[in-house]
Amino acid sequence: MAVPHSEPRSSEHGSGFIDKYVFSVDHKVIGLQYFFTSCFFLIVGFAMIMLLRWQLAFPGQPLPLIGRLLPMTWAPDGILMPEFYNQLGAMHGTIMVFLGIVPLGVGAFGNYILPLQIGAPDMAFPRLNMMSYWLYLPGGMLMLLSFVLPGGAAQSGWTSYAPLAIVNPGQTVWLLAMVVIITSSLLGAVNFIVTTLNMRAAGLTLGRLPIFVWAQLVTAILLLLAFPPLEAAAVLQLMDRIAGTSFYLPAGLVVAGESLKVAGGGQPLLWQHLFWFLAHPEVYVLILPSMGIVAEIIANGTRKPIFGYTEIVASMIFIGAMSFIVWAHHMFLSGMSPRLSNFFLVTTMIISVPSVAVLTCLVWSLKGGSIRFTTPMLFSLAFLPLFGIGGLTGLPLGLTVTDIYLHDTYYVIGHFHYVVVTGTIIALMGGTYYWFPKWFGKQLNDFWGKIHFWGTAICMNGIFFPMFIQGLAGVQRRLYDPTAQLHNLSTQPLNVVSSVSAWLLFLFQIPFLVNIVYTIFKGKRCEENPWRATTLEWACASPPPHGNFERPPRVYRGPYEYSTPRAREDWTPQHVPS
Amino acid sequence: MKGNYGWGLPVAASTFAGPIDFGIKLIHAAMFAIFILWAIFFAYLLLRYRRREGRSAQAGYESPLKSLIPDFFVLVFEIALIVFYAIPNWHRIKIAGPSPDTALVVELVAEQFAWNFQYPGPDGKFGRRDVQFIEPANPIGLDPQDPAGKDDITTVNELHVPLGKPTILNMSSKDVIHSFFVPEFRVKQDIVPGMKISLWFEPTLAGRFEIGCAQLCGVAHSMMRGDAYVHTPSEYEAWLKAQSGQAPATTAANAATGNSNGSSTF
Repeated sequence: MAVPHSEPRSSEHGSGFIDKYVFSVDHKVIGLQYFFTSCFFLIVGFAMIMLLRWQLAFPGQPLPLIGRLLPMTWAPDGILMPEFYNQLGAMHGTIMVFLGIVPLGVGAFGNYILPLQIGAPDMAFPRLNMMSYWLYLPGGMLMLLSFVLPGGAAQSGWTSYAPLAIVNPGQTVWLLAMVVIITSSLLGAVNFIVTTLNMRAAGLTLGRLPIFVWAQLVTAILLLLAFPPLEAAAVLQLMDRIAGTSFYLPAGLVVAGESLKVAGGGQPLLWQHLFWFLAHPEVYVLILPSMGIVAEIIANGTRKPIFGYTEIVASMIFIGAMSFIVWAHHMFLSGMSPRLSNFFLVTTMIISVPSVAVLTCLVWSLKGGSIRFTTPMLFSLAFLPLFGIGGLTGLPLGLTVTDIYLHDTYYVIGHFHYVVVTGTIIALMGGTYYWFPKWFGKQLNDFWGKIHFWGTAICMNGIFFPMFIQGLAGVQRRLYDPTAQLHNLSTQPLNVVSSVSAWLLFLFQIPFLVNIVYTIFKGKRCEENPWRATTLEWACASPPPHGNFERPPRVYRGPYEYSTPRAREDWTPQHVPS
Repeated sequence: MKGNYGWGLPVAASTFAGPIDFGIKLIHAAMFAIFILWAIFFAYLLLRYRRREGRSAQAGYESPLKSLIPDFFVLVFEIALIVFYAIPNWHRIKIAGPSPDTALVVELVAEQFAWNFQYPGPDGKFGRRDVQFIEPANPIGLDPQDPAGKDDITTVNELHVPLGKPTILNMSSKDVIHSFFVPEFRVKQDIVPGMKISLWFEPTLAGRFEIGCAQLCGVAHSMMRGDAYVHTPSEYEAWLKAQSGQAPATTAANAATGNSNGSSTF
């Protein structure tokens, strides 16, 4: 139901710098805060893996140039310590997933675009929105701070399997930070759901919602239902560490020759179940907003309605529901009953079908189009085959029998990075180019955008494709020194290929970052609606003032009315009466 | 041994490596075919429907039925994989397993960062183990009082098994989760502290193969390796004899306790 617009919120908006840009309740400012903060964390997480990849490519050799600058506890004489290597690995995963991609896809894009696309003046709970950000930022800083605390950062993988995570140093701060970050996400999720359901403009029925809004709505529901178990699980692990409980610890453990003095009776597999109960829906939290972004850009760049709107929306809802009963496909070899695996095998195969459906609809949308190869379109088009590789390579991992061999090898790393990096991150980059004019009233440079695109797409493949070959050769994950085991030697040159590609990928991000900074400060103003897009976010000024719309918009049609026969232009905005 | 490894799958050396490799190859062939066909269609669409002067996009909403064709084929392929491939082979490899009467049974105690193997010795009975006996010289905590353990053979990072019969490993861990992985056997199984988890394989090639840990287990995870030696039956008997010779005098005959598998927690 749409509710009448009211104006009380603008009075809450102070005019001082602090009120306007720091403790703002405006969804647009919060969205940009999320954008810049999550970009910062993405760069930090990327920097960590660039360090780590030196050790993988050239094990035991001193890091050139910056090696001497690192503290002795991290890299004496420039050679990475195994403890530090494990910290980098665990924190790379944590930061990229929880502090980088989710806040970017949901916190930044969702926050900024969703209220605009539904014609709302702000989020339903602006103060809650501000609180989400102000939990996220300190939570993230706490996570980073753990590197310089005694014991260092968490070093038990981003999955933090018990009992290793309980006996390893660094984990306490990780757990505390996770509790803060999860709370932030939960507040955001509630806000997104209420906003989407209650704040839509007149005439904007559910069937007229842009696919991006649908994606954000399903994502928010997933976050709301999946995160609480992990938050509880994290508190239990924290108790195991600091209060002497044994939720995840059996009796009779002997660690490093010392008998562990705990009551016992706990079960390490309990952690894995609770963790993956979150972390599998989390995969869809990572990918759904990107699918939404790609759908928006493709409809706009082909100048025709998206193909199979209903099918895409239904598939997303189905994916969301199914994602709660596939978690144990991460655990086929964990020691849980092998009879249980068959159930999760079947649900896993089922969930692949709607993903294929979404991808098929997006490809089919190209048919009959008039395709513009703009920078955001290039990213969205690249999403399709690259996400396709990520999806296909999930097949031998989701199938119990072939997973016996491929589980916990580089094949897994290749698979999920194709999904999350060449899928999600590529789409988020495309979204940045697409909505930048909305955020700043200025358009990013197209030439440098294309350089950025080609460099990024090629380097990403250079990093992750070799991992499939390594995985088939049996190279395990999370090895500090891959050359310590004979069967990993033959594919060791591929580690060099991956590492060099990763460093080159970083170089290709420089034009992107410079482009953003330069355009914000020196760019020329562009048209209000440079892409000639139909959805509501373009029915207000760019950037929109506080309160967004001059008058509450009214919606007359579906979201993608491009090239309608007998229309004067090849786009008919949602808010223009016929 | 080094010749076993290349850029593809390593040499296959167990009875179920065949079915596993068949699945991996079949799925990759299918993936490759799907991707190529799909990429051709994708490239055609990009070329055919690129922006051109004087031609605008066609707004028609086609019936989405046609688009369900790929979903349908994926579904059929996956159902076939589940019913004819995954469920039967999973049952054979992870659920059924050989009978302990016809197999060699070895106990494995994993720890940071070593694989300890325990053989029952000539009496065929495993000595009792308990954490209270664990010390550097006795890493698996073998009970010195238990007669069944007097003739037990223990090895570190060396697994010796005969060709021509299955081996069952009863696995436990002293500290954290480890994962037993031999690439050539295509076996992998996590070992969870507090649980006893079994794994079996039947080698088809004699030789030396690598044991690696596949689950992050701490700072020296990458160093946690061992060797699996597959001997011909006669070689294996000779190895067993040599090991027993070094073991303390056997008191198997009076192993009255009958405690073949201790009540220890790991």
